[in-house]
Amino acid sequence: MGLAKRIIPCLDVNAGRVVKGVNFVGLRDAGDPVEIAKRYDDQGADELTFLDITASSDGRDTIVSVVEAVAEQVFIPLTVGGGVRSVADIRRLLNAGADKVSINTAAVQNPALVEESARRFGSQCIVVAIDARRVPGSDPLRWEVFTHGGRNATGLDAVAWGKRMQAAGAGEILLTSMDRDGTKQGFDVELTRAFSEALDIPVIASGGVGSLQHLVDGVKVGRADAVLAASIFHYGEFTVGEAKAYMSAQGIETRQTDG
Amino acid sequence: MHIAVVDYGMGNLRSVAKAVEHVAPGRQVVVTGDPDRVASAERVVFPGQGAMPDCMRELDARGLRPAVIEAARTKPFLGICIGLQMLFERSEEGDTPGLGLLPGRVRRFPAERMVGSDGSKLKVPHMGWNEVRQTRVHPLWAGIPQSARFYFVHSYFVEPADPGLIAGETHYPAPFTSAVAGSRLFAVQFHPEKSHHAGLRLLSNFVAWDGRTPAAVQTPQAALTGTP
Repeated sequence: MGLAKRIIPCLDVNAGRVVKGVNFVGLRDAGDPVEIAKRYDDQGADELTFLDITASSDGRDTIVSVVEAVAEQVFIPLTVGGGVRSVADIRRLLNAGADKVSINTAAVQNPALVEESARRFGSQCIVVAIDARRVPGSDPLRWEVFTHGGRNATGLDAVAWGKRMQAAGAGEILLTSMDRDGTKQGFDVELTRAFSEALDIPVIASGGVGSLQHLVDGVKVGRADAVLAASIFHYGEFTVGEAKAYMSAQGIETRQTDG
Repeated sequence: MHIAVVDYGMGNLRSVAKAVEHVAPGRQVVVTGDPDRVASAERVVFPGQGAMPDCMRELDARGLRPAVIEAARTKPFLGICIGLQMLFERSEEGDTPGLGLLPGRVRRFPAERMVGSDGSKLKVPHMGWNEVRQTRVHPLWAGIPQSARFYFVHSYFVEPADPGLIAGETHYPAPFTSAVAGSRLFAVQFHPEKSHHAGLRLLSNFVAWDGRTPAAVQTPQAALTGTP
């Protein structure tokens, strides 16, 4: 037995409230980040990721309060991303109780931010998020990095960018397929595998999960170290515990909990 | 009397402090970089993250070395992650001398050996939930199932020169020491503050610990069945 593959529910947070209609039975407040985090913790989530999608700059501080409140009650690793622009942003989130901070667009705009923050805070807390899209007609397959939530093309080759971020000190890559995100058709396992084989740091697969088999495919075919999903958990289709039971039955090592 | 969490400016200690507070309601938990506050504590938590050369430098810059050494020798003391590694003589990370409280050194996971049993590549850092086999009975393992999983994130591991120090072992892919126990001292490579029930139980055992370690060497059978 060895290291377990991780299952990571992802919560979108807008102005301090969880959005995208999380739908748990019996929740008093469907948008309360603390209640939802505790629920996932009870289900056996291995980590939690919060993505701050607050558009207005004056709502920015709300994510810090969310992290503080969750970190007081949930004792599993917390990753926070969305709108992280500077070393000061990273420090604020870490001080609030985040264990890792995920950097996306700012890493492309200013790669030195990854280097500097890894040096200051340690690679273990610096996640680089990469949104990648297939280059149409590419053979062998290639992917391009997009920023700003998938709107802006960068011209960067995704795998090469991942290697560069590893060299800059990233401790982990959160890899989202923009082709699959929101489709429920499963991860782009070729993308995941290309990253996992090219890099020495852990790769979290994201984007497209619609079934428990997709989680298995992400690990077995994509060789992901962790799988991130949102909607299949939020809408109560499956619990994290059910996902783990399914993965275990397929021979994947997961952390079994008593909760 | 308070429980001191040693702060030498390397990263976030909030999680550690919150977790200790959670298991020690009504007790005073102080995050401090003041050597006197470390010296006057009833027990001390010594966390660490980032790179060991920076940790050692910052510890010395704050004049904390003597207080930490004294605490590790005289009161219940819990090292976490780099706080475990710093107790040893030397680390391969930046070829850094440690505090030398325990004999042995700190090594990096060797890239050429990071292959799983199914031939897949094992990543470094070793990040996530892995099993800790309790190799001896100890008050800090009380109530924690044998081979429970804890949360790890590290690229270096300790190699004690004295096998008698080893209290827990983890495979990645070869066995490495994930917990050590000395007189009044317990130190772990994983993060109990992020390890859910098992981690909170370990912290709760620590805040209740009188610092005594069962003197008798455990029989192999006792070690296998785990918790006392």
